[in-house]
Amino acid sequence: MSLIRKHLLGLEGVEKDELNHIIQTATSFKEVLSRPFPKVPTLRGKTIVNLFFEASTRTRFSFELAEKRLSADTLNFSVSASAVKKGESLRDTAQNIEAMKVDMVVIRHAAAGAPHFLANCIKGSVINAGDGCHEHPTQALLDMMTLLEKFGDLQGLRVAIIGDVLHSRVARSNVYGLTKMGAEVALCGPSPLIPIRADQWPVKIMNNVDDAIFWADVLMVLRIQMERQQANFFPSLREYHNYFGITVDRLNRARKTLTIMHPGPINRGIELDSELADSEHSLILDQVTNGVAVRMAVLYLLSGEK
Amino acid sequence: MTVKVKARLIDANGLKRTISRLAYEIVERNKGIQDVVLVGVRTRGVFLAERINHEIERIEKSALPMGILDITMYRDDFRELHSQPQLQQTEINFDIDKKNVVLVDDVLYTGRTTRAALEALMAFGRPTTIQLAVLIDRGHRQLPIKPDFVGKSLVTSLGEEVQLKMKEIDDDDCVLLVETDRDNYKIED
Repeated sequence: MSLIRKHLLGLEGVEKDELNHIIQTATSFKEVLSRPFPKVPTLRGKTIVNLFFEASTRTRFSFELAEKRLSADTLNFSVSASAVKKGESLRDTAQNIEAMKVDMVVIRHAAAGAPHFLANCIKGSVINAGDGCHEHPTQALLDMMTLLEKFGDLQGLRVAIIGDVLHSRVARSNVYGLTKMGAEVALCGPSPLIPIRADQWPVKIMNNVDDAIFWADVLMVLRIQMERQQANFFPSLREYHNYFGITVDRLNRARKTLTIMHPGPINRGIELDSELADSEHSLILDQVTNGVAVRMAVLYLLSGEK
Repeated sequence: MTVKVKARLIDANGLKRTISRLAYEIVERNKGIQDVVLVGVRTRGVFLAERINHEIERIEKSALPMGILDITMYRDDFRELHSQPQLQQTEINFDIDKKNVVLVDDVLYTGRTTRAALEALMAFGRPTTIQLAVLIDRGHRQLPIKPDFVGKSLVTSLGEEVQLKMKEIDDDDCVLLVETDRDNYKIED
């Protein structure tokens, strides 16, 4: 099969066979990354712009490395060094990119829907690298790839997503992707950090983290987004840690071994104990490795003439 | 696309004898099997390489390390395709530095698959030699590429296609000459 879409704006509405196709393609690229010369000429002659309107290290490096491994020409645009500081609108930025004959744009933006807007203004393909509190499709794809490597099949796998679901684009993309792949998903966090309409998703909602630990096979621990906590969603970090932190004690009490994932960056000792992040049951670094392969797959599959 | 079989060029027994001869030639040219490895080009090159390796094992009492190459990432015709071709795994789980690599493919035609395979191999190291073994050389080269071991050379026209059928994935062991209405040869996905 081949991917028929031109953009990857989110995983909402992406079908299971498409998800499997992307992940299978990523597996081929993962092999490339293990070669003595980990580079292929596949996207030679293609120009890709990385438009990062929001801070990012991991995702930007991951995309940039994926582009370089595919031999594409890349441009990086970050907000601090750009004309946006001088007041340029997203539409003007888009038109300028269009005038430079760019083939693909990877965009991260604080506003949900910015990638969709961009997709309507330019001829090239747009890949969402995180838009506001909406979606982060490549992160969910790499999470699913990592889980598939570990479990072989996602059917019936129980994944609890724990923490600040309200502000998490990672959680949204994973809810769409994991449920399409047949996994069961639970969302767990302080009530103010669970989205109001989450009950319309095909997920369980839990407010007690011990219930989630008891239920789950996999804990996907989200980062407490300090920069989005001005509205006092919970009283203090200490209280959050006491009620929702994933700790060695909590897991010992549950007497079970759980697989731990985290999209990074980790606030060690707040949402997740350091010891667990570094344990043999943690897939956190596998997630990072697979991130490059998944992004290579997405870039490759979207780069065809449509 | 309509396909009409014009001739059965090699039958099952002929295929067996040709593969056996290729195995002997590879061993002879390399004066044994020291530092020789086989790499099959997906899809039928892999099965061909496996059969050649089986013969080499019979002759030399020891089989060669075997790798599998998927050349899709190295194709030069991405711009002409409507959607991206399906990728498959490449599996070369040994070091090819200072080795004599015998690249195995089914049909040599324009030479573009071989060019892509050569580029792909270079990503794994620096072999002493790369030798090319093909079952059929049907001419019409577009690149300066010459095989070292050939099962059978044929004179063909552009509207024809040579197809290797192998029991591993097809229902027969044979080589067919077929007529197609395709204008240009396309590298098999």
